[in-house]
This record gives sequence, structure tokens and C-alpha cells, in this order.
Amino acid sequence: MGRTLQFEIFRYNPMDPNSKPRMQTYYLEEKENMTLFLALNEIRETLDPSLQFDFVCRAAVCGSCAMVINGRPGLACKTKTKDLPDKITLHPLPVFKLIGDLSVDTGIWFRGVAKKIEAWVHTNKTFDPNALEERMDNELANQIFELDRCIECGCCIAACGTARMREDFLGAATINRIARFYIDPRDERSDQEYYEVIGTDEGVFGCMGLLGCEDVCPRNIPLLDQIGIIRRKMAIASTGGKVGRLFSVFAKKKK
Amino acid sequence: MQTFYTDLLCIGGGLAGERVAVEAAQAGFDCIILSLVPPRRSHSCAAQGGMQAALGNCAMGEGDNPDIHFEDTVKGSDWGCDQEVARLFADTAPIVMRELAFWGVPWNRVVPGPATYFKGGQKFEVYEKEEKAGLITARAFGGTAKWRTCYTSDGTGHCVLYTLDSKVLELGVKIHDRVEALSLIHDGENCFGVVARSLRTGELLVYFAKAVLIATGGYGRLYKHTTNAVINQGTGLILALDTGIVPLGNMEAVQFHPTGIVPTDILVTEGCRGDGGTLLDKNGYRFMPDYEPEKAELASRDVVSRRMTEHMRKGFGVKSPYGEHLWLDIRHLGEKHITTKLREVYDICQNFLGINPVHELIPVRPTQHYSMGGVRTNKDGAAYGLKGLFAAGEAACWDLHGFNRLGGNSLAETVVAGRIVGAKIVEFLKGYEVDIKTQYATAEVKKQEERINELKSKQGRENVYQLRNEMQEIMMEKVGIFRNEKDLQEAVNRLQELLDRSKNLGLVSDGIGANPELAEALRLPGMIKVALCIAYGALQRKESRGAHYREDYPYRNDKEWLNRTLAYWEEGADLPTLKYEPASKVFYLPPGDRGYGEGKVIPKDDNTEEKE
Ligand SMILES: Cc1cc2nc3c(=O)[nH]c(=O)nc-3n(C[C@H](O)[C@H](O)[C@H](O)COP(=O)(O)OP(=O)(O)OC[C@H]3O[C@@H](n4cnc5c(N)ncnc54)[C@H](O)[C@@H]3O)c2cc1C
Ligand code: SF4
Ligand code: SF4
Ligand code: FES
Repeated sequence: MGRTLQFEIFRYNPMDPNSKPRMQTYYLEEKENMTLFLALNEIRETLDPSLQFDFVCRAAVCGSCAMVINGRPGLACKTKTKDLPDKITLHPLPVFKLIGDLSVDTGIWFRGVAKKIEAWVHTNKTFDPNALEERMDNELANQIFELDRCIECGCCIAACGTARMREDFLGAATINRIARFYIDPRDERSDQEYYEVIGTDEGVFGCMGLLGCEDVCPRNIPLLDQIGIIRRKMAIASTGGKVGRLFSVFAKKKK
Repeated sequence: MQTFYTDLLCIGGGLAGERVAVEAAQAGFDCIILSLVPPRRSHSCAAQGGMQAALGNCAMGEGDNPDIHFEDTVKGSDWGCDQEVARLFADTAPIVMRELAFWGVPWNRVVPGPATYFKGGQKFEVYEKEEKAGLITARAFGGTAKWRTCYTSDGTGHCVLYTLDSKVLELGVKIHDRVEALSLIHDGENCFGVVARSLRTGELLVYFAKAVLIATGGYGRLYKHTTNAVINQGTGLILALDTGIVPLGNMEAVQFHPTGIVPTDILVTEGCRGDGGTLLDKNGYRFMPDYEPEKAELASRDVVSRRMTEHMRKGFGVKSPYGEHLWLDIRHLGEKHITTKLREVYDICQNFLGINPVHELIPVRPTQHYSMGGVRTNKDGAAYGLKGLFAAGEAACWDLHGFNRLGGNSLAETVVAGRIVGAKIVEFLKGYEVDIKTQYATAEVKKQEERINELKSKQGRENVYQLRNEMQEIMMEKVGIFRNEKDLQEAVNRLQELLDRSKNLGLVSDGIGANPELAEALRLPGMIKVALCIAYGALQRKESRGAHYREDYPYRNDKEWLNRTLAYWEEGADLPTLKYEPASKVFYLPPGDRGYGEGKVIPKDDNTEEKE
């Protein structure tokens, strides 16, 4: 303890015609068990009440607080100051639209891609309130849960070279989202239908396998595995051939 | 000024708001959701434990049915709930869980064969039946006769919220996130919409709707230590209170959770104790069985929280720089269990405490957790006082929970009420035409503009963060787990002073655009009013019931207090006006002993008149 932390924070308020993008310095005494959540709130409450940033759960489960911390995307609420050097530089996530200072519009971005890939269960059945639920193997439920754990924080998108270069790239989180529906037997979409939404350069074939995404995921989601699996399935689906389709249907059922 | 028109305006994109929106959209109505944050980031996503529904699929839930769920709920509420609502809820919950499964929630399922569980630190084995294989399973939660909490590992709220949000996207519900509702537009009879503020640009917006739903969640941030998300400031309740004609029900009923971690107040799930975690004192001694021989750590939350506080008062607390605490021990559950079934807990310990719960004890203390009170509605979810206004979820006092809600019942409430209230709103909307009187919007916009300009003019002297901190401390110290006349009176007096001072707020910053200080300053006076409803309601309620515990009135008094507080705020007042109504119109389950807790009751004397 006893450290004085030097914060270098990106400032820009697009709503203020006099505001220009700049870095601003703040000094703060470090406290025991301090996280960036506590530090930023202290800065706001005691030094600069105009500072914009987003926290909701402050417990690393809602995905609100991702920012670039000393050059690396991460969740601010679960970053302890004791793991950082005396000088802490904070930038908003790139790729996403800036709202102000450290706050970016991840919500609109993720809703946009979710609509593109139609990230919901597609089924022709209707719900029967009087029937028992369809049975599911617990193992499969767990597998779906594993992929459902993404909190849409945007770290993997911000760390991705492809996403930075092409605005329409769906990103690792989105491919993972597809994988989640792909293994879910309740979603009746065929491989061809999946191929149409993801088997493109903005989708799974845009990824250059640069590994940026998985490294920064705060939920440790195995993104590369998922990209790999979906890429293989889509490559097969792309042939449109009977063999391919049979194989992948088999692969899906086998779970 | 940007103006929007819709059939149903849902204020809130948590589980309750989204479930209602789905119901309306499925019936073909136009619907807009307003939310402070992207809906998926709503507080609901943080609920780890699960939702109660009497499916009776797992071995420990065998023989369960809605009757038993109903009884547990009424007992849990200490007979403060509306029994018609509890009945409706228990009957509908199983259907709603299956419907969620149909939409994609990856509920954990029954695995047939022998299974090992823990209860109260003891290992035991049961046999899960082959015929139940693959059906939705359940875990134990406090205060229930059967295991009936459906879950998805440690991410129930997250999975259900993501599933509902995907449904909302599919159905084309419009989402306006980063928008904060500031006040209702109404003429004293009908509600027409809201005036809101964009948290992207700071602009004011007008929404007109035939029906408006308040689903804004809890108000934990009125307290200094809370498990709630930082956006849970009770702003939705302010909307209702400011009308002067819509009451808040049972605001003094505030639940504390036994296991908030010290110092960050992040909740570790009741699932820990459900799965067999135990509570230890500074000597490493397991004290709960001494107080509650039968249920021990699994007694209802109000009881466990009080027993913990009692034990610490006796000097058995562990001292720390952040105040006293006790220990939660889950070590005996083993690494596999902790890193899979309780993974979020494991992560929280690692990320925020830097400890490993497989080998180390977790520092915990009772922390503000849940708001039983809220916008008072009838059993259809229609708010008292204004036509076209509805409420659901934690923001509502539907009144499923009375004076204490059971773990797993609130998450279930959001979706069950969502379905039921949603259907009632659809009924309401069918063929409903309302003459939207735009002059009321103009007046309301003007009022909000004036507030904003005044704050920006920097005339005021008071600092918003300082006042807010004072309010939070008063609530924590004086309106907490143990309550008494002297503290409560002091709390009321000091909150009244704060309310007065809040008329003199001034900004330090420029207030331009999505300025966070301005947003906070707009909220604070209303937050203090809500805090006063809690403190004043608690002062007046001279008995102990559920989570409301009066040291000076330790008995539950069914003779005089088997009722619900209704708090109204008249324009210009500095205290709420309190009225009372019977706790329930019907008593399927007559008031009795809960079977846990102190259990001292002054019985209802049938010859005397109910207190009005
Ligand atoms: C840590 C934690 C764990 C929990 N675990 C469990 C559990 O395991 N089981 C259980 O049964 N219960 C649990 N609960 C309780 C349960 O999570 C909540 O009661 C429930 O999620 C509330 O849902 P809701 O939809 O009513 O509100 P929320 O999910 O809080 O949503 C409120 C919505 O309203 C919006 N909003 C608020 N004010 C405004 C405004 N002025 N204008 C516009 N929008 C606004 C917000 O943006 C948000 O979208 C837990 C609670 C906590 C704190
Ligand atoms: S592996 Fe693909 S998705 Fe991940 S960062 Fe690299 S290019 Fe982006
Ligand atoms: S995959 Fe990981 S990094 Fe990417 S959005 Fe989801 S949680 Fe964040
Ligand atoms: S605030 Fe929710 S993840 Fe950081």
C-alpha cells in the first residue's frame, strides 16, 4: 500500500462542441483491495464528476465495464490495482461507438449482430403448456451453458485485428453465439441455413486465426475451438453436397 | 423533442420487463422497452442461484406440488403476502419454467442413478429415477420443504435473461437502452406515457403509450452495503410516488442476505448453503444449529441474517478493517463441485478477494439484498390509482413475498408475473382507446427542463455524492436488520433534513451531454423520498414480521398488524402519508407458526376489527 497511482484517462465528450479528444491525468492514493471500479468512482466523486464510464454489476458478470487497460482490453471491475503498475492508462474499447470518455455503445453493436445471425431458437413447434418439457441430456445442457456464458463485454472484438479492419466482421463472440445455437437441438435450423448467416467473410471465414480474442476473454470461453468447429462445419456445408450434409447432421445428432 | 408512440411501454429490460414485452408482442401489440443499460446487463443477469417451481422431478423434490410451494411461500412471507397471488404464482411457475426450456434455457437436468449431495455439511446419497431422466432438475434453497429451485449451473439469471432477450429480438420489440424514465405523464386518472432522458446525449424524450409498465427492479443502492447492481437506485418507484396517487406497498420490508462478501458486498449464492456450505464464527465453530436446530443454515434469510448479527453482537464475529464478519465454509464440497456447480462463487473469491474457497474460508456478513415492497398492484399487475399503469418484478408489490421472500422466488416471480401480468395487459389493450392528452406531456417536460437548468446554473451549494453517501449510511445504520423506535425516528429526522438540503443541489461539472453527475442529481431527491417511505413505514409498524424486526416489538402481531402499508407522497409533503389494507383478502392458509425463527405471535382475535 501507500502507492500514489497515476491515472491517464482518455477524455472526449462528443456532445460538447468545445471538447477535444485528449488524455487527462488524475492522482489517487491506492487502498487495500482497490479495483478499477472503486478507483474510477472515487475519481468521479472527488476529482471530476463529469467522467463517463459504465459499471452495472461490479462483479464481472454483466459485461458493462470493458475498457483498454494499459493497452489490453479487460473488465475494469475485476481488475485489481495491485496487479497494475503505478501508472494506469485507460482508453475506451475501439470498434464500438464512443458515447463519451470510457463509455462505448456495446449494446447496439451486439443487438445488431444478434439480429444478423438471428440468435434465437428457430422452431416450428408451438409450446404446449400442458405437456412435460422435452427431455435433454444434462451433459448437453452443460455444453450449451458453457457457450452461453459469454457476457458480451466486447473485449474479444476490441482485440481482434479483423474486427478493427472490417466494420462488418461478426467477431469471435458472435461465432461463439452461433455455436451455442448450433449444438442446441431445439434450434431446427439446417446447416445450409447456418451457412447463409455465418459462412461468409464477415462471418467465420473472415477470421484470420490471430488469437487475439481468446487471450482477453474474461470468461475464458474457448473461442478458437468454437471458431474452428464452426469453420469446419461450414466448409462442409459450403459444398452443399449430400455427403457433407449427412455428415454434419450426424455430427449434430451424435451429441 | 423526439416523441415516440407505442401500445405498451415497458420501463425496464430485466426479466420482468422482457417477459411482459414478449407476451404483448406475441399478441401483436407494438412494444418499446426502456432501460438504463442494454437489457442483457440488467441486474437480473447477476442472479446465480435459480428459480422455484414445483416440478418435483429430482429425488429430493419428489412429491412436490404447487400446494406445498404455496405453503412455503406464505410461511416465508410471515403471512404478509397476498394469498391469491401466491396461489396463482405457485400454480403457474411450472408452466413458465417449461416454456423457458422451450425457448432455449439450458436448465440443468435430472441424471438418473445414484447421486451424492450435501446438506448441512453432511454427505448423503439418493437415487435419481430413470423415468425422470432429462427433465428439469432442482437444487435446495432456504425455507422450502422440497428441493425445487431450477437452475442453470451458476448462471440462471444470465441464461434466462439472454433467452428472453433473444425472444424480444425475434419478436421485433423495440429496445431503447440508455434511456432513463424521469416521470409519468398522466391526468390523475389515466397514464399516457413518460418523460425520459437519454443517457447518451442528455436530451429529453417523450413516450406516449396506452399502457405503461414499471419493471425497474430493486432499490438496494439506497443502502450503503448492498448486493444489488449500481443502477438499482429505485428510480422506477419515484415515478409512481411522484404522482401522489399511486402508493408504494410495504416499503419497510427489506431483505438482507446472509452472505455478502466483505468488503465488496458481492453476493455469494444461497446455493452454497443449499449445497451444504456452513457458517462459522471466529473460533471456527458452526453456530447455526444452536439457534435453529432443525433448519440450521437453511432457515429463511431473515432468520439466518438475524442469527448471524446476534452471534456477532455476542462477540463471536471476526474483526477486520471493514467491520466484523463471519465465515462461510464450502471447503468440504470439494474442488470439482466448487469449480463446476459453484463456479461463479469460485470466480468471485478469486477475482475480488484473492482467495481460493477450495482451501480457504469466505468472509461474509448480512447485506441489503432484496426489496419486497414496491409499486402496489392488484393481482393482475395493475397499479393502484392510475388506469393504464402496471408493475411487475422486484419493482412491484404484487405481493407475493409479504415480509420476506424465499430465495428462488423472486427470479421466478419476474417471469411468472411477467406471463400473468403480460396476459392481463394484452386483455387491457384489446379494444382500448385512450385520448392521449398531450398538454400533460408539455407540462411535465417543462418541469424536467426547469430542474435541469437549475442544476446546471450551479446556484445550489450541496454536493450530490455527499448527500447520497449520507443517505446510504443512515439507511444502513438505522433502518437495517435490527430496528427500534429511537434509531428509526432519528433516521426519519435526518432523511427529512437531507430531503430539504437536496432542494439546494448544485453541479460541480458542466452537466453537458450524458453527464453522470447531472443524472445522479436528478435522481437523488426522489431516492431520499423512497428512503423515507422505508424508514417511516418501519417506524410506524410496531411489530416484528419477516425481515422487519423491531427490538422493541419482538412479536408478530396479527391482531393489529396483519396488514400492508401503503405509502403515498402528496405534493410538497416532507413525509409520506401511510394507509393500511388487509394483508390478504382470503386466507387459504390461516396465520400460524413458521416453524423457524423466533416464532412469537400475538394471534389475530377474530372478534376485533382489522386495523385499517
Ligand atoms: C446478486 C443477486 C443474486 C440474486 N439471485 C437470485 C436467485 O438466485 N434467485 C432469485 O429468485 N432471486 C435472486 N435475486 C433477486 C433477483 O435477481 C431480482 O429480484 C430480479 O432479477 C429482478 O428482476 P427485475 O426484472 O424485476 O429487475 P432488474 O433485472 O433489476 O431490471 C430492472 C430494469 O429496469 C431498468 N430501469 C431501472 N430504472 C429505470 C428507469 N428509471 N428508466 C428506465 N429503465 C429503468 C434497468 O435498466 C433494468 O433493465 C438476486 C439478486 C441479487 C442482487
Ligand atoms: S482469431 Fe479470428 S476472431 Fe479471434 S481475434 Fe483473431 S481474427 Fe479475430
Ligand atoms: S466471448 Fe468473451 S471476450 Fe468476447 S464478448 Fe463474450 S465474454 Fe467478452
Ligand atoms: S460491471 Fe459488470 S462486468 Fe464489470
